[in-house]
Amino acid sequence: MFSFPTVRVSLFFIVIAVGCLLLADLSISAANPWKDLGNFFLGLVTPDFFSYQGLATALLRTLAFAFVGVALGSAVGFLLALAYRWSAVRIFCGTIRAVHELFWALIFLQFFGFHPLTGVLAIAIPYSGIFAKVYSEILDEVDPEPARALPKGTGLISTYLFALLPQCWEQIKTYTAYRLECGLRSSAVLGFVGLPTLGFYLESSFAQGLYSEAGAMLILFYVVIATIPLWLRRQTLPFFLIAAPFCLGEGFPIIWDNVSRFFTEDIIPAPLRHGDGLAGLFDWGADILITEAMPGIWNTLLLTQMALVLTGIIALMTFPLISTQFGRPAGRLGGHVFLVILRSTPEYMLAYILLQVWGPSMLPAVVALALHNGGIIGHLVGRQSSNLSLRADAPRGLNRYGYEIVPRVYRSFLALLFYRWEIIMRETAILGILGIYTLGFFVDSAIQNIQFDRALVLIAITALLNIGIDKLSRVIRRRLALQTLPTC
Amino acid sequence: MLRSLTLHCLLVLTFVFPFSASTLADTFVFTAIPDEDETRLVERFQGVADYLSEQLDVDVRYIPVKSYAAAVTAFRNNQVQLAWFGGLSGVQARRLVPGSEALAQGLEDQAFETYFIAHRNTGLSESDALQEDLRDRTFTFGSKGSTSGRLMPEHFVREHFEAAPEEVFSRVGFSGNHTRTLRLVEAGTFEVGALNFQVWEKELADGNIDTEAVSVIWRTPSYPDYQWTVRGDVDERFGAGFKDRVRQALLDLDDPELLASFPRTRFIPAENADYEPIRVVAEQIGILD
Repeated sequence: MFSFPTVRVSLFFIVIAVGCLLLADLSISAANPWKDLGNFFLGLVTPDFFSYQGLATALLRTLAFAFVGVALGSAVGFLLALAYRWSAVRIFCGTIRAVHELFWALIFLQFFGFHPLTGVLAIAIPYSGIFAKVYSEILDEVDPEPARALPKGTGLISTYLFALLPQCWEQIKTYTAYRLECGLRSSAVLGFVGLPTLGFYLESSFAQGLYSEAGAMLILFYVVIATIPLWLRRQTLPFFLIAAPFCLGEGFPIIWDNVSRFFTEDIIPAPLRHGDGLAGLFDWGADILITEAMPGIWNTLLLTQMALVLTGIIALMTFPLISTQFGRPAGRLGGHVFLVILRSTPEYMLAYILLQVWGPSMLPAVVALALHNGGIIGHLVGRQSSNLSLRADAPRGLNRYGYEIVPRVYRSFLALLFYRWEIIMRETAILGILGIYTLGFFVDSAIQNIQFDRALVLIAITALLNIGIDKLSRVIRRRLALQTLPTC
Repeated sequence: MLRSLTLHCLLVLTFVFPFSASTLADTFVFTAIPDEDETRLVERFQGVADYLSEQLDVDVRYIPVKSYAAAVTAFRNNQVQLAWFGGLSGVQARRLVPGSEALAQGLEDQAFETYFIAHRNTGLSESDALQEDLRDRTFTFGSKGSTSGRLMPEHFVREHFEAAPEEVFSRVGFSGNHTRTLRLVEAGTFEVGALNFQVWEKELADGNIDTEAVSVIWRTPSYPDYQWTVRGDVDERFGAGFKDRVRQALLDLDDPELLASFPRTRFIPAENADYEPIRVVAEQIGILD
């Protein structure tokens, strides 16, 4: 068994995660952790839909920000995809998608303030980087023959429209629609930093222990996401696209002086602003690196590696819940509902909830990341396992799981897991805003102290770390010859 | 397919934001640091908005924000013209907006205090100074940008233990606001916490504290805290003498219910120099450059 490279790599990562377990702080510090969690579930089953009249508006804003952000991101991403063969474009796209939506929002809040553009760009910018990459991958796969058959002198745009796009239109459509689901999650989470989406009110309700109110919001959110196939159709899409920009709310007017001030003063390193020269700049940089970046990177890596392995474990445990190879239809329906809840609850919200009830340590963050990501991978692996056809006399139960199904789906499971490695790390960094000492904690501290120069350096370091993990993950996937479709 | 592609492009081209600035241009907007539970803040400041709009004869609007820094940034960016700041956020804001002024403070804000509170299980009781026993406890501040919930308690901890809080305590958290600090220590999630004494006193009077579970173990020396700060350019925008009218309106505020919601006895004049001690401490700790 150990001769399989996939097994060896898995064991290697498990050993690292166990090492991290020993180093990390995973205690539950709440005196009564289960009581609050109980209250939270009680709130979920006794939702109060009428306590807060702004709920409908919050939901509308969440949808509007998601639609406008994703539409803009996909349009720009498509244009970028056409130029993706240039390495400058690839590096640019890699950089903008390595910065999390919440970080983008925190940056734009500094100069656009509470203008809808803040939320729209926070989604559109990282999404366009992701769209560019995925669209270009899809376009690379199409058969070049039809394009060659076009008459000489056919323009680039016509070539795409008539020869290339028709071949992959279905894939592009499916992926874009899938991305909208991600956009809804991103949009909801933006509320946590002050935009008028669901997260804004969720945070308030949770903070005050109004679990029935929070439960109602979560349930509405799940319903919206689970019913996407029902309301998002070809006939309704134009309506949504046209209506969305008008539903973003008013916000406050942009003052352009603030924008220029941000770029010409705020983000210039303090020692340069104060004329302390290069020596000052060196001390300043060293201070950030030693007191903030290093501990931040260390904690981010610890948390990421633990979350990655636990994600894998949860995915392997949950995929049989929806697989037709196991159980009965009624049980599978329950499994589907369970996995929909896991994957539609943004990890940021899950971590927030668990932090409230267990107290601060890495444990709530690891569990939140693993539940959300495990739910996504479990869903995809479960679907794939349902398509396997086994011999009529194949074993049942645990033997079927261990000897028939897992070995057959393991490669794609591993591919998905490694694909999500970078996504998990991006989220890990962000969870610092909630008070875990990952990179996001130090970014948030810098912003709270109105030191945007520091914040930007730390965000850049976070982005570099993400790019590094992305590269490493690609090397591993190539070595193991693993292939997968993108997830978010 | 072509149609939806055109639609895509159209959407991008006609991406004109339908937000009108006109409705907001003549509205006087203010905010406040989110130091307590949001429902309470909205209630309190909606009352202030109604009162000010009556006194000043302009539309007055309160916008809630999610962090202390967001309040400072909104003030700096002129999206709000007036703010109820803490000592530290006020100093930060006035540094960033030349010409801005502290207008008024609560009577209690001249001599504000922080209470250190502890969960029953620690066995700590009230004393006149910080106790050695605090070492290696878990400890929570309020918001990172709070004066009474972070800056001053950190200052006193550093002074007494001659070390950073991270070295003194086994775990340092930032609860977000004073009410949450109270709840977290009450629940035992953190053993010790530091919070705004007014929040403690008010919650105590309202019967919202389980005094069996949590008690005060140290009261800090006093320092200046909260104040109303206004931008220097409001006279240009809302007419000559507007700033003085705002100050007067705040000083005249005598609705007992509204005052009790802060809770303050009344508002008295304040000036920028009142907050020098806060600036000095913030620079020592490194929160201000």
